[in-house]
Amino acid sequence: MPAEPSIDTPRHLFEAYERLAAGPTRPIAGGTDVMVAITGELGPIPKRMLDLSRIEELRGISLEDGSLVLGARTTYTEIRRSALCREHLPALVEAAATIGAAQIQNRGTLGGNIANASPAGDTLPILLAADAVILVGGQRGEREVPADDFFISYRKTALAPDELILHVRFPLPRGRELRFRKVGTRRAQAISKVVMALAWEDFGSTGWTNVRVALGSVAATPIRAHATEAVLDGAHPTPEVADRAAETLAGELQPIDDVRSTADYRRMVSARILHRLLRDAGGW
Amino acid sequence: MSAYRFLVNGSPAQVDVPGMRRLLDVLREELGLTGTKEGCGEGECGACSVLLDGQVVDACLVPVCQVEGRIVRTVEGLSLAARERGDLDTLQEAFLDHGAAQCGICTPGMLMAARAYLDAGGGPDDGAIREAIAGNLCRCTGYTKIVDAIAAVATPLD
Repeated sequence: MPAEPSIDTPRHLFEAYERLAAGPTRPIAGGTDVMVAITGELGPIPKRMLDLSRIEELRGISLEDGSLVLGARTTYTEIRRSALCREHLPALVEAAATIGAAQIQNRGTLGGNIANASPAGDTLPILLAADAVILVGGQRGEREVPADDFFISYRKTALAPDELILHVRFPLPRGRELRFRKVGTRRAQAISKVVMALAWEDFGSTGWTNVRVALGSVAATPIRAHATEAVLDGAHPTPEVADRAAETLAGELQPIDDVRSTADYRRMVSARILHRLLRDAGGW
Repeated sequence: MSAYRFLVNGSPAQVDVPGMRRLLDVLREELGLTGTKEGCGEGECGACSVLLDGQVVDACLVPVCQVEGRIVRTVEGLSLAARERGDLDTLQEAFLDHGAAQCGICTPGMLMAARAYLDAGGGPDDGAIREAIAGNLCRCTGYTKIVDAIAAVATPLD
């Protein structure tokens, strides 16, 4: 039988903060990563755990001051079913639908995907491309961390050991477009080989602005491809621009060979995905 | 150790176990409900699928502390009304009729994923059924007969 660390199930956020402040404590929400790590003995077994499943403050999907705000405990199933998400952030709904299958989508949470900080986390490129802001909290107070500053190195985040992710805020600028694409071995239950989110704002003659090209599974963290973004900023998605952006991306990425894919394949398929997204955007 | 109480297949259950014990182990070892199978133990195969408050979940990924006060259904309770009569659930009958079970290890999980799909109003559409059972691996049937069996139950009778 797998290890069974002691676990507390607080009802309120302040109680959770107290436990986190008392010493090293591993939070668990949907368990789709933590339970696998414990059963599979992937890394040290936590001594104490904190069950977030009864803390209602971490739930809810709402529109606040022009942003879509999702509680950390929002499940992928809730994202898929949410009318607000479908209307304002359909790319996130698409991403949620590619994660695991029903069993995982019913349990896995957005906050968990972020805290787990896998380089292959499927929602993470969307956070980067959408300029999302992560609200974290603990006994020392709350602070907002831009997604861009959250993923520091391989599975290391800006979250302190005594903090929890509370919610994620997605600004919804007028005219912003956001696309998502995942390539895995099969459509369900697949960890991605490459995952990409592309965002831009288009006000006509001046070309695209605020372009974001964000990828997962091609580096130690989810990343943005800044050189590729620079090619697309101020441009229109013509065939020539798409060729140049795809070439830039292939040159910019430094993926690795691992069990799921090879560096060459990841570089090539990333360029192809971007090219395809630009072709669709350009309508050619 | 703590006492955790919840409903399993319509009956109250109480177990005195560590809160991090997997629901899968509680069902099989504490409650004797061995219909729920362990395949991979890491949420890949779906053999341990059960319904938690009506939603299909992998019992290997659920610590029992999160089940306190909630409603669990396993393959043993697939159809409580049918069980009272000594009959099988319509889904189980359909699996038999269509040859949808071979070695059988995936079957309880398949039935639970299919039950969640049907209870949510799922219809006979092939793609939707395949998505509903995408988290359940079968190494024998090639899935076609399983999809046919679920579609048969989902098809409204004229």
